[in-house]
Amino acid sequence: MAQLPSSDSTAHIDALKSHNCRSIVLCSGKGGVGKTTLTANLGIALAKLGHKTCVVDADYGLRNLDLLLGLESRIVFTAQEVISGSCRLGQALVKHKHEMNLMLMPAGNPRMLDWFNPEHMRNLVTMLAESFDFILIDAPAGVEDGFKNAVAGANEAILVVNPEISSVRDADRVAGLLSSQGTFDLIQLVVNRVRPRMVEKLDMLSIDDVLDILAVPLLGVVQEDEQVIISSNLGEPLALGKQNSPAGVAYGNIARRIQGEDVPIPDINAQPAGFMDRLGDFLSTKII
Amino acid sequence: MSIMELLKRLTGNRNTSANSACSRLRMVLAHDRSDLSPAILDQMRLEIMEVVSKYLELDHTGSELSLETEDRSTALVASLPIRRVRKVAR
Repeated sequence: MAQLPSSDSTAHIDALKSHNCRSIVLCSGKGGVGKTTLTANLGIALAKLGHKTCVVDADYGLRNLDLLLGLESRIVFTAQEVISGSCRLGQALVKHKHEMNLMLMPAGNPRMLDWFNPEHMRNLVTMLAESFDFILIDAPAGVEDGFKNAVAGANEAILVVNPEISSVRDADRVAGLLSSQGTFDLIQLVVNRVRPRMVEKLDMLSIDDVLDILAVPLLGVVQEDEQVIISSNLGEPLALGKQNSPAGVAYGNIARRIQGEDVPIPDINAQPAGFMDRLGDFLSTKII
Repeated sequence: MSIMELLKRLTGNRNTSANSACSRLRMVLAHDRSDLSPAILDQMRLEIMEVVSKYLELDHTGSELSLETEDRSTALVASLPIRRVRKVAR
């Protein structure tokens, strides 16, 4: 099995500890499971709770975090200029329009893939640790170099998984790689894009199934929500709370759990609609 | 358990798509995690049986070697039905 290179420098861990900063990488292995959306929303939600938060776009090949946050037109400098020393850290950070506690560290151009390495990421995190309570790193899909760079800067991980066979398999692989690295204080799971009605009909893996298979502690559950697409069209993450949406509430709850609050994870139930749905609900009534 | 699950169980219908996803995942993850191919597993099975056969007479058709996973750890589980114990000189 491929091993991640062991962390040869721990200066960033010392910096994180001494500034009481938590650096969390969001990864999934598989693409399209909602990593970037979750990063944007948790960034907003943690900022709303009063934490100085920096979201780092570590997906240098296919960057999108700026778009989801509605900040694409405000980027002047990027991580590329910070690392090469041609601008100061503060010049590259983009402040969010509504949440003053949230900053984005934008990804540079895709040529960064050629030279960026884990040491660069650790340096970036060391710099950020001084000014932030939380650093959220949006990892690219895959388990290759881009992923290794992203995880190098973190001491915690959130594994994002869909209740779907290929996503669970890839998440298992990522969980194995993360724990073999041995530098993570905490690895937690977010089950994303759950469709309650399909779970009730036993046509989708349930949360229990996923937990049973992956054996990673559960941080939160987010159900499939059309509002997510609408909010990304607008560049206004649901966690801002402008719309009342199930996913928006779930993101807020996850952020509160991250800061250590004991927020119970509710059972996901579908909203009843027509007669067949109500019959389905009756059949899904828990009896044992 | 829901009423739907109970009905499916009572009618003997356990092959929902979620169930088959679960069992397929368990199988494939056991191999992913150990990085062992079915060919190597079979080779191991034959060699283990060779050793055990010195002491016990085994039922070759019923023997099975499989990988099982629980809580992120994987175990190699051998099931070797015994026909009878051989008398071996110690």
